[in-house]
Amino acid sequence: MTAASPPDVLRAPLVVEFPFTRSLGPVQSAFLTGLREGVVLGVRTSDGKVMVPPTEYDPVTAEEIRDLVEVAATGTVTTWAWNPAPRPNQPLATPFAWVLVTLDGADTAILHALDAPGPAAVRTGMRVRVRWAADRIGAITDIACFEPHEGAADAADAGAAPHDGVFADAVTGIVAEARLDYTYSPGRAQTAYINALAERKTVGERCPSCRKVYVPPRGACPTCGVATTDQVEVGPAGTVTTYCIVNIKARNLDIEVPYVYAHIALDGAGLALHGRIGGIPYDQVRMGLRVEPVWTEGGRHPDHYRPTGEPDADYDAYKELI
Amino acid sequence: MAVVGIGQTKHVAARHDVSIAGLVREAASRALADAELTWADIDAVVIGKAPDFFEGVMMPELYLADALGAVGKPMLRVHTAGSVGGSTALVAANLVAARVHRTVLTLAFEKQSESNAMWGLSLPVPFQQPLLAGAGGFFAPHVRAYMRRTGAPDTVGSLVAYKDRRNALKNPYAHLHEHDITLEKVQASPMLWDPIRYSETCPSSDGACAMILTDRAGAARSPRPPAWVHGGAMRSEPTLFAGKDFVSPQAGKDCAADVYRQAGITDPRREIDAVEMYVPFSWYEPMWLENLGFADEGEGWKLTEAGVTELDGDLPVNPSGGVLSTNPIGASGMIRFAEAALQVRGQAGEHQVPDARRAVGHAYGGGAQFFAMWLVGAEEPPS
Repeated sequence: MTAASPPDVLRAPLVVEFPFTRSLGPVQSAFLTGLREGVVLGVRTSDGKVMVPPTEYDPVTAEEIRDLVEVAATGTVTTWAWNPAPRPNQPLATPFAWVLVTLDGADTAILHALDAPGPAAVRTGMRVRVRWAADRIGAITDIACFEPHEGAADAADAGAAPHDGVFADAVTGIVAEARLDYTYSPGRAQTAYINALAERKTVGERCPSCRKVYVPPRGACPTCGVATTDQVEVGPAGTVTTYCIVNIKARNLDIEVPYVYAHIALDGAGLALHGRIGGIPYDQVRMGLRVEPVWTEGGRHPDHYRPTGEPDADYDAYKELI
Repeated sequence: MAVVGIGQTKHVAARHDVSIAGLVREAASRALADAELTWADIDAVVIGKAPDFFEGVMMPELYLADALGAVGKPMLRVHTAGSVGGSTALVAANLVAARVHRTVLTLAFEKQSESNAMWGLSLPVPFQQPLLAGAGGFFAPHVRAYMRRTGAPDTVGSLVAYKDRRNALKNPYAHLHEHDITLEKVQASPMLWDPIRYSETCPSSDGACAMILTDRAGAARSPRPPAWVHGGAMRSEPTLFAGKDFVSPQAGKDCAADVYRQAGITDPRREIDAVEMYVPFSWYEPMWLENLGFADEGEGWKLTEAGVTELDGDLPVNPSGGVLSTNPIGASGMIRFAEAALQVRGQAGEHQVPDARRAVGHAYGGGAQFFAMWLVGAEEPPS
């Protein structure tokens, strides 16, 4: 257990999501295309066992394995756990059992969901069968779930039949949606920094050992390894220590190109922060240019920095800050 | 300890024909074939790649255990951003040097076509100002700072890119094969993050690289000349701190100094025959020439400008074409280490530096905060 955060520390949800593409390779391609066609494929390992789902390489010898076999859509539950509160994107919206099912003809079990009215209806050893999805696209979700099945494995189902794994219009890739939900907190030092920005002040923290002022502060000096506690207001003006001219438009950024992306050492700060330079043609920005922040209504950070009109800083005055 | 097997995939923009398992398998199988060993000869597997967010597979090493013959053996993952390929090789080398294992397979990979580097590198963190530029925008201001500090003419970056792209034409595994490249074309390419031009940036690649490291006894049985490891080191520093020198980070200097001390090198410029250094943007060649001790401070660009770093120069840098021609991020560092080993084994083919006896492999990563480097030689080091 960690101590509860102080109530005045900022917190906010952080959701990270992206649809990743995946190339399947020959074995997963056959497996998922098979599901689309209502066929469950496994692979025979060097010692004659049948793995479902199939893998590309033998788990014991590491040899490449490509002998695909078709197994039955019926099987036996080998173990299970009840899921009373399904989350979004799980196979069923109502409570269900997570089950490991050894399909008839297979030697390994597949993890999936079993649609059952309650935990009392689930037991190890029970017989189940695949419930196919109505619309199948060549994905693991083509198996909607498993459902109880009356009847033992019959002789025809018990064996695994060789299969060439060849289907028309094979699936070669999938899209895997990834989403992560966090609660983000910037911590004590950055909370103070962000709150000061709301009053259009830039407040860093001084290291008691090396005396450098960190902006933004992180609560400790990374060089000396000691806590920083003394708050120090820096700026508002500063010096462009170095910069680049951005000529390509970034996604999600509503800034016309070209623009200048600069490192700016605010007066009194021990290191530079990053910002955009405006109020001057992009090709007239230079190292040593003196700038000040420009705020917009409601902005959490300065929108950009503009020239103050002061003479440029001498190189020697800021070269240690580059 | 020595490298006795090396395998790479042909690096390309997209390998849609293989899974990630199939990709790493290809490199590992080639390394085993080069060493004339089998999966049973491998005692442990050390794997590296860029952050999990890139491909969105959490702990991909778990699912790759069977593809890499790691079942029943120790397998571990190394994680140091862009330098990871180098530090992965060093962790493997240390396991052999410490006699924990006799023969280790080490491998690094990236499938950038199926990854999202932007997502992996710049999450939209609440309350923070969004970064206003991509990776190039992060590094371009440091290039400008280098130019200011040294007075380097603004053409030096294009010379590096022109050289590396021509070198890549001699490397069948390189991603970019720009047969019609000219210096004029490099200099006419669009300025993306001034002072960095399009042709001075690295591509996005799919690829993997593997090496087999083994002890003296294993090296004695090697069917092809081994590359002996004479020294290796890693150093780290924070991304940002007051006093950080982005142009020539202290951690990089310390890393190189440690490697030279281990290898007994006192004059790297004269004693080293070939260098594979991590140059994702062309200007990092002169910057690292200084950082790694091949030139005095402010003098690195003069070596580049004088042609010293050309394939037929006095100190060839990135004869393989380098990161500028091939960049499966997680693998890029290991490719540097492996290409250095190929040079001293005399196995570099068309991009072989004649009679290379000592070569350096180098990688860096994060916000110029992780450094990894090794020095390999054709001769067995004195014990």
